[in-house]
This record gives sequence, structure tokens and C-alpha cells, in this order.
Amino acid sequence: MTGMITLAGVTKAFGAKQVLQGVDLNIEKGQSVVVIGGSGSGKSVMLKSILGLLTPDSGTIHVDGTQTVGLSRRDRAHIDANIGMLFQNGALFDSLPVWRNVAFRGLQDNTLDMQAARDIAVTSLSQVGLGPELLDVFPAALSGGMQKRVGLARAIASKPDIIFFDEPTTGLDPIMTDVINHLICDCVRELGATTLTITHDMTSVRAIADKTALLYQGRIIWQGTTDELEQSDDPFLNQFINGLAHGPIEVEGQTVEATVTGGT
Amino acid sequence: MQAIATIGRFFLGFFSQTGLLTLFIVQAVKALVTPPVYQRLIGQQIMRIGYYSLPVVALTSFFTGGALAIQIYYGGNQFNSEAIVSSIVALGITRELGPVLGGLMVAGRVSAAIAAEIGTMRVTEQIDALTTLSTDPFKYLVAPRVIAATLCMPVLALVADIIGVMGGFVVGTQSFGFNAAIYVQQTVNFLQPDDVISGLIKAAVFGFIIAIMGCYHGYHSKGGAQGVGRATTNAVVASSILILAANYLMTSLLFSA
Repeated sequence: MTGMITLAGVTKAFGAKQVLQGVDLNIEKGQSVVVIGGSGSGKSVMLKSILGLLTPDSGTIHVDGTQTVGLSRRDRAHIDANIGMLFQNGALFDSLPVWRNVAFRGLQDNTLDMQAARDIAVTSLSQVGLGPELLDVFPAALSGGMQKRVGLARAIASKPDIIFFDEPTTGLDPIMTDVINHLICDCVRELGATTLTITHDMTSVRAIADKTALLYQGRIIWQGTTDELEQSDDPFLNQFINGLAHGPIEVEGQTVEATVTGGT
Repeated sequence: MQAIATIGRFFLGFFSQTGLLTLFIVQAVKALVTPPVYQRLIGQQIMRIGYYSLPVVALTSFFTGGALAIQIYYGGNQFNSEAIVSSIVALGITRELGPVLGGLMVAGRVSAAIAAEIGTMRVTEQIDALTTLSTDPFKYLVAPRVIAATLCMPVLALVADIIGVMGGFVVGTQSFGFNAAIYVQQTVNFLQPDDVISGLIKAAVFGFIIAIMGCYHGYHSKGGAQGVGRATTNAVVASSILILAANYLMTSLLFSA
């Protein structure tokens, strides 16, 4: 297997606040990697850096063999065309009905006419367990769980090679969380896509991860398989996955010298 | 020392904002002149910005034309004002009040709406979603609004001109007993094409300012609902001030020669 996404020494600061302090991560082709970490640990900044929504201060990010740091949107268009993204709250376009949301990419690049776009929307919605009766509904009329599902349908509609999930189960009830986790697993298996999920929901981690990485204070301080996750005696990891208030991970703003321990 | 730091922060903030706005305008203009052109979105914005602003612009200009006629009639009584009411109303409305008041009213209505819509899209990650779906937010969001506002404002100003002059006519003929035919004749005789054209040029610039300010403040909004509210207020205040400043500059340029 070859590295589909590789981050090396990625740093990013906002003013005096150093959010990423040298992130190193390798995601192999077809692998499902989950990055866990507390609020403010830099998960979203890392994801936005890979997507090109933020530019790292230093380091390199390779996506499918192309170094993407500093590339313009036009120069990375061929990469973006192969990426699907499920945003935390769906990020569906309020002004468009569900079918236009799902088939948005194809409509914008003129690869789909109206009928083909509706057909793609029906297929993608069915893959996430939704029926064609939702095609002409606007996002505001959907529940949070349904918005997530439509967001997932949009992410997989163009059959991308890489899919990112930003806190896919945040704000959902336990049953809907399980539904979304299964949908992610099914969709990924069907597409054979490489995925990166960021979350702090351990149920999702156990359901969808081939490999897990713990991000703390802007660095990956542990990474390993799901089995290694359960067996690890790493104090940072144990505190996080067991949700303990006391341990080496301290509240945001206090300094802790984190050591890279590695699970593999 | 504290005072110097405060002054320094103010100027740094000012120059930083000016630079950011300049870059935004450059990107917006680039998006205007390069494909793809989203005709469906431009059409939608023409409806929202132009068509739905017609009532507010029409009412504003009608009452302004009427009030102007009253002021000229009573204020200039000793100068045989009956003869000059029609001319001054026509001149005042077409050169200044039609485009400026129309611009200010549209700024309040449209600039706020644009900032709120784009600001909400920013804080709910819809703009990030656009980018990840290989769609340039400047071409998809900014360009259609700027094109629509720049095209619609001259039309709205022309409507404001006609209805404003009509407001003066109604007050003149109904309240002061002017002869309708003579009023219309005097208006037509006095008004020059340049008077109307200068107002329409101003209106196009105001339309550009309104859309750019709405888009700029919405695009850079942050901090949830409070941030969107702040963006909306800033868009209206900035576009109103810039309309008045641009009006002064353009009046100087167009009429000083």
C-alpha cells in the first residue's frame, strides 16, 4: 500500500497561538484513519490544511502524490475533484433543494444535465437510506440527522477516492450515531475510498477506524490500530478514551510536555 | 505610552482592513470578467436586488419629490418660486436625490441582506463546502451580486427620477394650483440628458459599492450569530458612508468641468 495522504512537520499558528506544532501522519490508500483529540487540539485546522482551506506555516502535505501546500485552487483542481467532504453540520446550501445539493459538483462542472443530476441524487440518497421524496425539500426542513445523511450523500455522489469526515456524529442521538457510523462504513467499503475522520466520539472510532491517531497540543502523540488502541497503556490515550478528568492531559491553556510514544 | 499604542493599533487595523478590502475588490473584479458566468444566479439576484427594491425606492422618491417641491415653493416665495419649482425639482431629483436616496435605501435593504446571507454561509461552513466542491465562492456568490446590483441601480435610479418628478408634479398641481401642462413643459424644457445620465452613472457606482460592501463584510464574518449581526451592521454603515463620499467625488468630477 502507498501513502495516499502524508503530512510531514505541518505547523500552523494564529497570531501567538501555535495550533499545529509539527504534525506527521501517513494515511495509506484504502485506509480509514480516525484522528481523535480534545477541543482545541488542532483537529479541524489539520483537516482544513489538507483541504487547502488553510495554508500551513511550514511542513508538507502530499495528497495522492502531489505536494499541495501553496498550490492555488486551480492547480489543485484535479485533487479536489477526487475529494468528498462531510462537514460537521452538513454545510448544505440553504438556497438549494436536496437534489441540487447532492449533485452540486456535477451541475457546476457541467458534467451532468438536470435529469442526470436528479438520477445521481436519487442513487446517492438511497445509498444513505433516504428516499426520492426528499429531492425537492430544502435543507431547513430536514432534521439534524437527515442533514448529515444528505451531506454524506453529497460527499459520495461523485464517487471520490478520498473522503473526509468532520465530527460526523456530533450532536446526534446514539441511534442516529450508529446509523451514520454504519453508513460511513458501508459507503467507504463500496467505494474503496481512503478516509480521514476527525472526532472525539469513541463509538465512531471503534466502528470505522483501521488506524487511530491522537492529536494533542498540535502534535500526533500516539497512533496505532484499533486493537492497539484498546491494549495500549499510553497514559494520554487512556485518559482520552476513558474520558477521565485527571491525567497527563490538562485543560486547554496549561502546558504539558507531551511525548510521542507510538503504538506500533 | 498607552495612547501611542492605541493610536498605533488604530492605524494598523485601518491599513490592514484597507488592504483586505482592496484584495477582495481585485478578486471580485477578476471573478466578474472570467468564466464561468452563472446566468441563473445573476437572474435571481436581479429579482432580489432590483425588482424587490422597486417599492421602497418608488415611495422614497415620490415623497422626496413632493417635499422638495414644498421647500422650493415656500423657501423661494420672494423669487417667484412658482416658475422655478418644476425645474429645481427635476434637477435635484435626477442629479442628486434620486440616485443618492435610492442608493441609501437599497444599501439598507440589500447590503444588509447580502452580508447576512453570505455571513451565515461563512459561519455554517457553506463557503468552505463550495471550495471543496471545486466552486470559486467569488464567482458563485460575489460576482452575481455585484453584476446584478451594478446593473439594477441605474434602472432603480431612473424609476426614482420619474416618480420623484411625479411627486413634485402632484404637490405642485394639487397643493399650489400649478397648471399641469405648463409644469410638464417647464420640466421637459429645463432638463438636459446629462442631468439624467450623470445620475445613472452615479447609481451604477453605488450599486457596485452596495454589493461589494455586503459581500466583503459577510465573507469575512466570524463568531457565530453575533458575528453575522456585526457584519450586517458594518455592511450598511460602510456602504452608506461610501455612497455619500463617492457621490461627492463624482459630483466634483462630473460638474466641475
